[in-house]
Amino acid sequence: MSEAREAGSAADGPRLDERVDAARAWRARLVEIALPLAIFAAALGLWEAVVRLRQIPPYILPAPSVIAETLVKDWSVLSASLLVTLSITFEALIAATVGGVALAILLSQSKWIERAFLPFAIVLQVTPVIAIAPLLLVWLEPSTAVLVCAFLVAFFPVLANTALGLASTDYNLVDLFEIYRAPRWKQLVYLRLPSALPYFFSGLRIAGGLALIGAIVAELAAGAAGQGTGLAFRIVEAGFRLNIPRMFAALALISATGIAIYGFFTALSTMFLGRWHESAGGRER
Amino acid sequence: MSEKPLVALRGIEKRFASGVRALGGLDLDVRQGEFLSLLGPSGCGKSTALRLIAGLSEPNSGAVEWRDGARPEIGFVFQEPTLMPWTSVAKNVFLPLRLQGVAWRDAASRVREALAGVGLAGFADAYPRELSGGMRMRVSIARALVTKPPLLLMDEPFAALDEITRFRLNDDLLALAAQLKTTVIFVTHSVFESVYLSSRIAVFAARPGRVTETIEISAPRVRHSDFRLAPEFSDYARRASAALDAASGARAA
Repeated sequence: MSEAREAGSAADGPRLDERVDAARAWRARLVEIALPLAIFAAALGLWEAVVRLRQIPPYILPAPSVIAETLVKDWSVLSASLLVTLSITFEALIAATVGGVALAILLSQSKWIERAFLPFAIVLQVTPVIAIAPLLLVWLEPSTAVLVCAFLVAFFPVLANTALGLASTDYNLVDLFEIYRAPRWKQLVYLRLPSALPYFFSGLRIAGGLALIGAIVAELAAGAAGQGTGLAFRIVEAGFRLNIPRMFAALALISATGIAIYGFFTALSTMFLGRWHESAGGRER
Repeated sequence: MSEKPLVALRGIEKRFASGVRALGGLDLDVRQGEFLSLLGPSGCGKSTALRLIAGLSEPNSGAVEWRDGARPEIGFVFQEPTLMPWTSVAKNVFLPLRLQGVAWRDAASRVREALAGVGLAGFADAYPRELSGGMRMRVSIARALVTKPPLLLMDEPFAALDEITRFRLNDDLLALAAQLKTTVIFVTHSVFESVYLSSRIAVFAARPGRVTETIEISAPRVRHSDFRLAPEFSDYARRASAALDAASGARAA
């Protein structure tokens, strides 16, 4: 039939374009990865050179090589602390994801529920954690208080983004579901949740970074009171002892953790959205 | 020909919250098996009439009377393809069956058949964003027809497509409608498209929207591009244009 031919020839064009595009994207990605890595390595080299040439003592500014040495030497202490910080971050993140998505679904059920509950979420969001942390430390076990802090900061981005996603479903598709007399739960499962996925993932990426920040900030507050064993506590402790290389080593671990969390969620989002959403890399022509 | 109409709109009044009177005194019979175009300028209420028939909104007064007591199963094609971007072409076409509770393994052959019907047999696993605008619209038509509904409603489905693609889709739509013996209500603002496709045209006047004239097109249902060049085609087009002019002259406000 003629339409089959039309469809076939129409498909050949994009496929050829796609190949050219894939090669271009591959080159772009190489530059995207190699360039920042080179700049980063150059910055470290410069830092090393300045410290050596000016003979800056390690208790003022340790060279990258000294920091790396400390990382290896103190690994048993630092890795234990890293594990504590990591587990707090992920527990908080899981709780924030479950809670945020559940509340977003609840809010999407009716405008009235949304009106009633959203102010609470916003109050929690705009209050800086560092200000709540001492109160939580009075009320709760230090380890629980740190977890609650991290949860509070990670919760809102998941809630706000998922709620926005649930509300921005294509209204023609909503009409279509109504035409086929689909019950509400089917509309939620087959339509609203999938179309909220890109929003949810961008919320999750923000929440991942914030959970780490929340955990660190709360640990700093708790650590000042002589509690906790996470990375933030190691920083405070090393500061008291003027063990600056260890401070930097702990700081490097926190940065690496943040990068890993961001990378993990970006990869997760690409995995789920790769074939349909523009945010997941592929160029739309 | 005194058969009862499939659906009849009787004295329909529709006002929006903004106070706009979208439809006023609208009377329209839709006959079993016909291809009826609702022709009128933008904003004349023809899409509103279509939504009333689909059950997506309710008239303020008047009635939508179905021959069989209730609305039958319908297919609906929007101005945009309105596909779910997160899933494949096949799963998009599967949607109406899935919402009826049909399992995928029972639906797969019907989905394949619907896709073959619109010339997209090889594209079941493609994602909507990988297709051209015309192909997306074909998927949308396949989705609307996968349940073989007795009534197909189309709201300016080809308005955003280029002329070549539109002509081809016109022909394929006529062939599909004849093959499935589906009644079609087709909203358009193109005189030529309405003449080419329809067995009957209902010309709308705006503010408030109502039917001022209906034109029977007594050419065979399956048409080919030479019909666009036939003298009777231009006669019908002239009549439809004149009816549109008369309708805009009859504007109340």
